[in-house]
Amino acid sequence: MSIPALDVRTVSKHFAGVRALTDVSLELFPGEVHALVGENGAGKSTLIKVITGVYRPDDGEMHYLGEPAAFAHPRDAQTAGVSTIYQEINLVPMRSVAANLYLGREPVNRFGLIDFRRMHREAGELLAGYGITVDVRRRLGELGLGVQQMIAVARALSTEARVVIMDEPTSSLEPREVDLLLDVVALLRRRQIAVLYVTHKLDEVFRICDRVTVLRDGRVAHTGPVTGTSRLRLVATMLGRDIDQIRRHGATTFGDHRPAATGTPVLRAEGLTRRPLLDGVSVEVHAGEVVGLAGLLGSGRTETAKAVFGADRLDEGAVTVDGGSARRWNPAAAIRSGIGMVPEDRKAEGIVGDLSVRDNIVLAALPRLTTAGFLSRRREDAIVDTFVRRLRIKITGPGQRVRELSGGNQQKVLLARMLCLHPRVLILDEPTRGIDVGAKAEIQALISELATLGLGVLLISSELEEVVEGAGRVLVLRDGALVAVLHDDEVSEARIMREIAQASEGGTA
Amino acid sequence: MTAVETTAATTGHRTVTGRLWWRPDRAGTPIVLALVLIVGSLVFGDSFASGRNLGNIALDSSYLLLIATGMTFVVLSGGIDLSVGSLLALSGVLTAYGAQWGTLTAVLLPLAVCGVIGLVNGLLIGTAGIAPFIVTLASLLFARGLAFAVADEGNKVHLIPADLALTRLGQARWLGLSAPVWFALVVFAAAVVVLNRTRFGQSTFAVGDNLEAAGLMGLPTARVRVLVYVVSALLTGIAGVLVAAQTQSGLPTIGEGRELEAIAAVVIGGTLLTGGAGSLAGTLAGVLLLKVIQNLINQVGTLTSYYQQVVSGTFLIVVVLIQSRLTRRRMR
Repeated sequence: MSIPALDVRTVSKHFAGVRALTDVSLELFPGEVHALVGENGAGKSTLIKVITGVYRPDDGEMHYLGEPAAFAHPRDAQTAGVSTIYQEINLVPMRSVAANLYLGREPVNRFGLIDFRRMHREAGELLAGYGITVDVRRRLGELGLGVQQMIAVARALSTEARVVIMDEPTSSLEPREVDLLLDVVALLRRRQIAVLYVTHKLDEVFRICDRVTVLRDGRVAHTGPVTGTSRLRLVATMLGRDIDQIRRHGATTFGDHRPAATGTPVLRAEGLTRRPLLDGVSVEVHAGEVVGLAGLLGSGRTETAKAVFGADRLDEGAVTVDGGSARRWNPAAAIRSGIGMVPEDRKAEGIVGDLSVRDNIVLAALPRLTTAGFLSRRREDAIVDTFVRRLRIKITGPGQRVRELSGGNQQKVLLARMLCLHPRVLILDEPTRGIDVGAKAEIQALISELATLGLGVLLISSELEEVVEGAGRVLVLRDGALVAVLHDDEVSEARIMREIAQASEGGTA
Repeated sequence: MTAVETTAATTGHRTVTGRLWWRPDRAGTPIVLALVLIVGSLVFGDSFASGRNLGNIALDSSYLLLIATGMTFVVLSGGIDLSVGSLLALSGVLTAYGAQWGTLTAVLLPLAVCGVIGLVNGLLIGTAGIAPFIVTLASLLFARGLAFAVADEGNKVHLIPADLALTRLGQARWLGLSAPVWFALVVFAAAVVVLNRTRFGQSTFAVGDNLEAAGLMGLPTARVRVLVYVVSALLTGIAGVLVAAQTQSGLPTIGEGRELEAIAAVVIGGTLLTGGAGSLAGTLAGVLLLKVIQNLINQVGTLTSYYQQVVSGTFLIVVVLIQSRLTRRRMR
């Protein structure tokens, strides 16, 4: 085989004692489309950032076109011929299409002034080469995301790129736009460019990629040709599961209480649609039931949770609690109706670190604790005291800042915040991520306990065993659509992985 | 491969306007300006539409145009420059102070000092990453203080000798318009070319539009953000020299609130306060609109000049309201 365009050799990277990458090696050959897959926190973004010079590796080295290379800045990587197309389109939306293609290297006339006529002509020709016909004088922001993504690709390539890194380029595209983008990727392969294609969509891996590398917990879990790799094997590798021997009931501390779903559901969400991320997902949760949401990263788990909670605007779909709904479905209406949610990203969406434990817990309940606009500290303390004892939150006192607590205790504070609203249904998005083993066990036990007391729980977790052992019923999502509803005995890790690994309709391989 | 011409229409991006050169937020101000001019001429007749009065408006506008031109660069880059009012005074005082050594010193001293202050502003903002509001608020205080110090706490008014070349140049008239008007127009024309036809100008837009993306596209974002403050300070410096030459003196008290007037002119001219979109032509229209309204209110003998601020404030709110609505629609 020819020499690799990019050769990453045993690269390691730590952040504050946490190993983000351990001995990761990756070879990218000219004319190859190489898939990089892995779940959240597997190290995909860290690897890209090490390659493009955002981070410097602690250990290991990189060779580019056969020569040792270390980029100090993304700009250096780009100049050398390693272009990155980011997930969020990094262009300037208020400038014209042509300006976006040529910013920083506009053609100039002999007075040093920009030659717009030439720039527009060349921009048009450049895009035509990728099958895009668009008025290059239009504002970029007026165009569809698919075209914008393609323009980002065109810009990346017009700098004589030898290696192109695409970070989940299709995550916000419509199916038709995805087709176009994949055509362009095929074109890159024909032009002998090495493509590192980061994705969480299995269909795309099997459709256009030649080889695949799976990262898990910062290590390479698998690398090899796509042909000959089964989807199931790929999913199992990503999730860190050995399909031959799956443990049954061991690592988690959920109770055995799993009532059958009977009667009318407390929560009923129907046909939740938010294009292109969510496509007609329906969810029902009964009182006392834990319903699991399973699927790969980007399959629509969090989107479903947010849709139920009214946090995102929907194209279609309706949510009812006890048969009632609100004219405008938003988080305030959801809370009023009896839905509580503990979001995925504690720091960004939940905890107010500088406030005390007391303030964090009563935050959402404030409207109910005031008399004529004044807060009653006594009533606040009574509530806080109840939950601190009930959830066994370890604090020095209600005045302690939440920032000082461990991840597990922060999570409990968030739970307490939702519970003091007396919800009928609780949505938990990755409730045990990033917390230590002991706290994890406590929270899992707590979830079962809450369900026993009659609360409906919608549990989202990227850890399969948590879903399998915690939930009585599991909904499997793939590419934003509900693909399976598993009951009682059907719920197993193997079954969930099989459902995830199924080819979508229209997908090849 | 398939053509994607139709994609824009189908993905929910409502197209406000197809082309860059015809946009309602840009065309609005010139139309209002034209209306105000017509109404002014009809109501006040010759006392408004006389060559003498219009010449006065032009002279009055020329200083603001210089300052607002620099401010346009700053605002387009996503920043703000509060120091220009104080810099105007400092430049004027330094001109008068430097006049004792001749015209060359009288011009170069204020420009050099303004250039350095602009450079420091720029470095603190573009390189050290401190908020523009804070940095230029500090230099607003600094420059005003320096102006008073040079003028001995305002006790001493430096005068520019009448026979100095600077005085004759500053008070010259050509084709019925005063010298500052011509200076302002030449500088403005040069700025239009720089903004629209150079990489620096194009990068200024890009930096204000999406700083992170501009950096990832390989643009020298720090250099651009430093330079816009140098441009702003230098153009204000020129305005200060011209004011001093006109009045033959340097007063440390002038220019108070000018920074807000300049920002108002820029925003009324359709430049987004958040940066990334706007035009110098709009700024010109904004400057003229403010000054014409001021003149018209002075024509009505019964109204004090404070009403001018009432009207300017109202205009500002209307324009910003329209802008935010347009932007919101565009971003959808």
